[in-house]
Amino acid sequence: MNSLEKTLAPASTGRPRRSLRDSHINLSHGSGGKAMRDLIEDVFVGAFENPILAAMEDQAVFPLADFARLGNRLAFTTDTFVVDPLFFPGGDIGTLAVAGTVNDLAMSGAVPLFLSCGMVIEEGLPTEVLRRAVASMKATALEACVTVVTGDTKVVGRGAADKLFINTAGIGVVPEGVNISARRARPGDVVIVNGYLGDHGTAILIARNELGVECGVRSDCQPLGTLVASMVAACPDIHCLRDATRGGLATVLNEFAESSNVGIRIRESSLPIREEVKGACEILGLDPLYLANEGKLVAIVPADRAESVLAAMRSQPAGKHSAIIGEVTEARSAGVILHTTFGGDRVVDMLVGEQLPRIC
Amino acid sequence: MKYVDEFRNPEQAKALSQEIRALASRIGRTRERPLQIMEVCGGHTHSIFRYGITQFLPEEIEFVHGPGCPVCVLPMGRVDDCVALAELPNVIFTTFGDAMRVPGSKKSLLKAKAGGADVRMVYSPLDALQIARQNPYREVVFFGLGFETTMPSTAMTVLQAKAEGIPNFSLFCNHITIIPTLRAILDAPDLNLDGFLGPGHVSMVIGTRPYEFIASDFSKPIVISGFEPLDVLQSVWMVLKQIAEGRAEVENQYGRIVPRDGNPLAQKAVHEVFEVREFFEWRGLGSIDYSGVRLRDAYAAYDAERKFKLPNLRVADPKSCQCGDVLKGLIKPAQCRVFGTQCSPETPLGALMVSTEGACAAYYRYGRIDTSGLAKRPQSNVTEIAA
Repeated sequence: MNSLEKTLAPASTGRPRRSLRDSHINLSHGSGGKAMRDLIEDVFVGAFENPILAAMEDQAVFPLADFARLGNRLAFTTDTFVVDPLFFPGGDIGTLAVAGTVNDLAMSGAVPLFLSCGMVIEEGLPTEVLRRAVASMKATALEACVTVVTGDTKVVGRGAADKLFINTAGIGVVPEGVNISARRARPGDVVIVNGYLGDHGTAILIARNELGVECGVRSDCQPLGTLVASMVAACPDIHCLRDATRGGLATVLNEFAESSNVGIRIRESSLPIREEVKGACEILGLDPLYLANEGKLVAIVPADRAESVLAAMRSQPAGKHSAIIGEVTEARSAGVILHTTFGGDRVVDMLVGEQLPRIC
Repeated sequence: MKYVDEFRNPEQAKALSQEIRALASRIGRTRERPLQIMEVCGGHTHSIFRYGITQFLPEEIEFVHGPGCPVCVLPMGRVDDCVALAELPNVIFTTFGDAMRVPGSKKSLLKAKAGGADVRMVYSPLDALQIARQNPYREVVFFGLGFETTMPSTAMTVLQAKAEGIPNFSLFCNHITIIPTLRAILDAPDLNLDGFLGPGHVSMVIGTRPYEFIASDFSKPIVISGFEPLDVLQSVWMVLKQIAEGRAEVENQYGRIVPRDGNPLAQKAVHEVFEVREFFEWRGLGSIDYSGVRLRDAYAAYDAERKFKLPNLRVADPKSCQCGDVLKGLIKPAQCRVFGTQCSPETPLGALMVSTEGACAAYYRYGRIDTSGLAKRPQSNVTEIAA
C-alpha cells in the first residue's frame, strides 16, 4: 500500500521527474524498484499531485477541522472498476473510477472530498492506455472537485487480470440535517430522475462491437456531486437517493420499495429514454429499465418540494433532462409497477442474473 | 420510436378493447365456458405480459400460452449434450444468450462456462462462423435453436461454411418446426381451444398456406399476428369475429411483414441444408413426429452430432415439474405445484421459467399484477403531480 506516496519523494525535491520509456507495462513496473518509480512519477504524479499526497507518508492525513466545517458526519465508500472495453464513447475506465466513487458518496448527500486509487495492471498493457486512463481520472477529479490523496499500483502476470482494474475509495462529509436513506420513501413522495436512462449500458454494448451496428449513444458517465449539492440546497429533506448503475432504474426502485416497505408506481410515458436506446433494446430484446447508467440518480422527495428540486436539477448540466417519473404508493405488496404507454400495468421486478439477448 | 409507437397507441387500444368486449359478450351468450385462444409464439406471450394486454380483455377470454418458445421446449437431454460439447477441451461453444441459463440435468451452459468451458454468446450464427475463421485450430460449435424464424440464418451459415471450406465449424442442430406441433396439439383429445394467434416471424418465412389445415381439418380460426400490443388486440378481435360469424379461416393480421407464400429464398436455403427428423423430443410434450430437422448427408461434415460423440441421453423432467401441462394449456403457470417456490427465475426447474418468452417466467415477472387485482384499482394521481 502507498507505494505511490513513497515514490513521490524525488518529485517534490525539485529534481526532474523520472520518465517512463517502455511502451508496455511489464512485471518490473510493479516490483518496487526503479522501473516502478519511473511509472509512478511519470504517469501518476502529474495527475494527482497535491499537498496531502506530497507529504509522502504511508497514509493521507487530513485536519478534522476541514471536515467539521462542512458537516457533522463522514461518508466512506469503495468501488472497483472492471470494464470491457476500457474506452467507450462518452468515457473510459478512468472516468468511471472517479465518477463512480464520487457518486456513491454524493448519494448520501455528502460533499465528496478525497479519493484513493489502487491500480491492478496486467503485464503487457500499452503504457499509452494507462496514460489515457489516468488523464481521464485527472479530468474527472477536477470536474468533481475531489483530490486523489493516496494510491497503490500492482502489476500482475498476463492472464491474472484483464488489462486494467482500478479501485477507488472515497471520503466525503454529510451536511447536518441531511438524512438520505433507502428506508425513507413515504406514500405520496415523488420519484425524479436526472435525465436519459440506459445510455451507458447501450454505449458499452455497441462499443463491444458484437452487434456490428453503430449508433450515436454515448455513456452518461459523469460525477453527480454538484447536482446533488444543488438538490440538497433546494430540499435538505430529500428522502432517498441512489445512482442507477448496474441493474438500472428498475433495481434502484425495487430497493427503495423493499427497504421503505412501500409501492412505487412509474409512468412509461414520463421516462426519459433516447430513441436510439429504445431502438437498440427493441432489436436485442433488452429492457432499458435494467440497463446500466453511470451518471444517473433516482431521487425520492416529498411531493411539496418536488417542483423546486426539479427546477434546481434542471439548472445543472447533469440534470438538464430531469423528469418526474412517478410516485410512492401505499401498495407495498405490488412492489414497483409500470403504467405502460399502452395503458396497461406491469410489475417491474428485480433482474435475475444478467439480461440476456433473446433468440428471436 | 417511429414505426413502433404507432402500434402502441392507447386510444386505439381502448377502441379495440370495446369492440372485443362487444363481440365476446355476443358470443358468450351461447356458451358456458370462456373462449380459449392459444398464442402459439413466445413472442406473443412476452407482449401480452409486457403491455398488460389481458387488462384490455373481458373475463370471457383466456390466453393459452403455446409451445412457441424454442428455449422452453428444449429437453434436458439436449442441454446435457450442449454442456458435454462445450466441455470438450478444444471446443468453443457458441450460443444465443437466452439459451445459456436453461437447466440441464446437472448444469446449464452458464455454469459450464463458470467451470471453465469456452462458451460464447453470439447474436447470429455468422458470428460463430467468424469465430471459427479466427480460431482455425479450435473446433467451433454453434448451438442452432429455434423454429423456422432462425432456421434460414443457420442454413445460410452452413452454406457459407461449405463455400469457404471452413472445416472447424459445426452445427449442433436443435431446430424445430411448428406445423407438426400444432397438429399434435389439435389432435389431443382434451382440446378446448377456440382459436389461434399464429406466429408472425415463423410465418414471414413459411407464409400462411401451411396453416390451412387448421381451418379446413379442425374448423378452428387462426390469425397470423404481429407482436406489438395493437397487433395482438386486433388479432384477438379478428379471431372473435370469425367465431361470431361461424367462420374458420387463416387470416393474416401481420400483412406488413408476412407474405402469403413466405420467403422463397429462405425456404430454398432451409430445404437445401436440412431434412426432417422422424421424431424429436419436446420438453413437457414428449416426442412429436417429424417436428425436428437435421443436416442432410451432404452437410454431414458440419454436423456436430456426427462429428463428436454425444451422450444423447433422454432425461426425464423433474417429477414436480408441470411444464407439459402448462404448454398444453391444461393449467395456468401459477397453478403448477412448484411455481414461485421450488421453481423461480433464480432457480428454474423447468425451462418455461427461464426465457423471458416462457409463460412461467412471464407470469412470474409481469403477471402477478393480474392475480393481485391491483390492475383494476383506480389510477393514481401521478399525472397531476407531474403536470
